[in-house]
Amino acid sequence: MSDPTHLAPRRQKNWDWRAAANFICGGSAGALLLWTAFAATGGGDLRAFVLGSLALIGTGLTCVWFELGRPWRAINVLRHGSSSWMTREAIVAALLFCSGTISLTGGGHALALAATGGLGLAFLYSQARILAANKGIPAWRHRRCVSLVMTTGLAEGAGLLTPLALIAPSTVTFVAVLLAALACLRMVAWRRYLGALRAEGAPTGTIAALSAIDRKFVWAGNAAPVGLALVAAAASQPAIALLAGCVVVISGAWAKYTLVCRAAFVQGFALPKVPVRGAGVSAPGVQPGWENAKPRVCGKA
Amino acid sequence: MTRYAMVIDLRRCVGCQTCTAACKSANATPPGVQWRRVLDIESGEFPDVRRSFVPVSCMHCANPPCEHVCPTTATKMRADGLVTIDYELCIGCANCVMACPYEARSIVHEARYAYGKEPMASEAARFDPSRLGVATKCTFCRDRIDQAAATGQVPGVDPEVTPACVNACISGAMHFGDVADPVSNVSHLLAQNAHFRMHEELGTEPGVYYLWDQP
Repeated sequence: MSDPTHLAPRRQKNWDWRAAANFICGGSAGALLLWTAFAATGGGDLRAFVLGSLALIGTGLTCVWFELGRPWRAINVLRHGSSSWMTREAIVAALLFCSGTISLTGGGHALALAATGGLGLAFLYSQARILAANKGIPAWRHRRCVSLVMTTGLAEGAGLLTPLALIAPSTVTFVAVLLAALACLRMVAWRRYLGALRAEGAPTGTIAALSAIDRKFVWAGNAAPVGLALVAAAASQPAIALLAGCVVVISGAWAKYTLVCRAAFVQGFALPKVPVRGAGVSAPGVQPGWENAKPRVCGKA
Repeated sequence: MTRYAMVIDLRRCVGCQTCTAACKSANATPPGVQWRRVLDIESGEFPDVRRSFVPVSCMHCANPPCEHVCPTTATKMRADGLVTIDYELCIGCANCVMACPYEARSIVHEARYAYGKEPMASEAARFDPSRLGVATKCTFCRDRIDQAAATGQVPGVDPEVTPACVNACISGAMHFGDVADPVSNVSHLLAQNAHFRMHEELGTEPGVYYLWDQP
C-alpha cells in the first residue's frame, strides 16, 4: 500500500521538549514530595527536599508557559475543572505551592508537609491523566499509560530522595529498598505497556520509538539500579544508593521524553471499508501506518 | 432537538479538492492550514488496487474529546451539535490538538502569507489577528448556519445557509443537514445507504458520516 499524501500517522509537533520538561520535572517532584512526607515521619529537617520539589514543579510549569500560544491569558487555564485534567493540574499546583510554602515557613509543619505530599501525588496523577485524555495520540490514550507515568514518577521521586541517605545514613535502607521496589514496578509497567501496544495495535512510528529504548531502559535504566539499590541496602552504602537514584532519575526522564516527544504519533486515518466505486465492489478496510491495524465498521454496514 | 451533521458519499467523491479550495476561500485560512482536505488513499495489491478519496475536517463530535480536555472552556459544543472555539478564551496550549483523533485542529503562531512576508491585498483585508496563537478548525460555516435562524432558511437545503464545501462539491458527494429530523436529506441518505464514521471505536460520536455502499 502506498502513502502518496502522507496519510500515515506523523509525530506530533505541538508539544516539544518544554512539555516533556513539565512531565519530567513535575512528575518526579510530585512524587518526591510524597516520599519526603513519608520520610519526615521519622523525624529530621527535610525542608531542602520540599524546596527542591517546588523549584522543579515551578520549572516544569514555566517551560509549559513558554509553549502557550497566548501566555498572558494563562489564568484561563483554571476555567474547566469539571472535565479538564490540565485545569485540575493547575489547581493542584496552586494548592501545592500554598501548602509547600507553609510547610517551609510556618507552624504546623507536619500537617502541611503531609498535605503537600498528598498534593504531590495528585499532581503526578493529574499529569498522567492529561496524557491519557488525549485520544488523538494512541501511545498516550492506552489504558496502561497512566500506570506507566505513575510508576515512572514515583520511581524518579524515590531517586531524588536518595541524597537523604547521605545526609542521614540511618535512612539508607528505607531509601534504597523503596527505590528498588519502585524501579521494579516501573520495569513491569513499562513491559506491560509496550507489550499491550504491540499486541493491540499502534502507529508503526510509536512502536519503533519505544522499541528503540526498550532494552537499554529495562536493563540499564531499571535492572541495574535495582541491583545497586539492593547492594546499598545490604551494605549500608549511601553513595551507592545515590548512584542508583541518579540512574533511575535520568532513565526516567529519558523514557518520558521518548513518550512525550518521540513516540507521540497521531492517530492517522482509516477506512473501515474501501468504498464501492463505479461497477466495482467494496474491499476490506485500510489503516495506513499502523501495526496490527483493525479498522472496522461500527455504524450501519 | 437539532443535530447538524455532514454526510459524504465516498462513491461519488472524485478528489477534485474543490471543497478544500472553497473552504480556504470562505474562511481565509493561512498557508499550511486546511480546515478541510481530501485524503487520497491507495490500497490493495496489483492487479486489485483501489483509490479512495476521503474528505476530512473537524467531525463536530457529539462526545468531543477536544471539549473535554480544553482547560479554558474555549472549546464548546452547541445544542445543535456544532463544536466551536472562542478565540478570546483560548490560550493555545494545544491540548485539544492532541485530543482530536482527526488532525482537525491547527495552531499558527505567526502570520503566514502565500507569497513571502508581505500579504496580498486580499490577505491583508481578511487577516484576523485573533486567530494567531490559538486553536482553529472547521466551523461547519457557523455564520451561515446561524443566519438560517433569521431568514427561516434550511441548512443543507438553501445554499446561503449551507457550508461552503457542500455548496462547492461538484459531484454531489457532500450533504449537510439535521440528522435528528427523520425526513431531512441526510436522514434519508443514512437510512438508504451503508455508512460508517471515522474512528468510531474511540467513542467520539463523529458528526460526519461516510456512505460506502448500498444497503
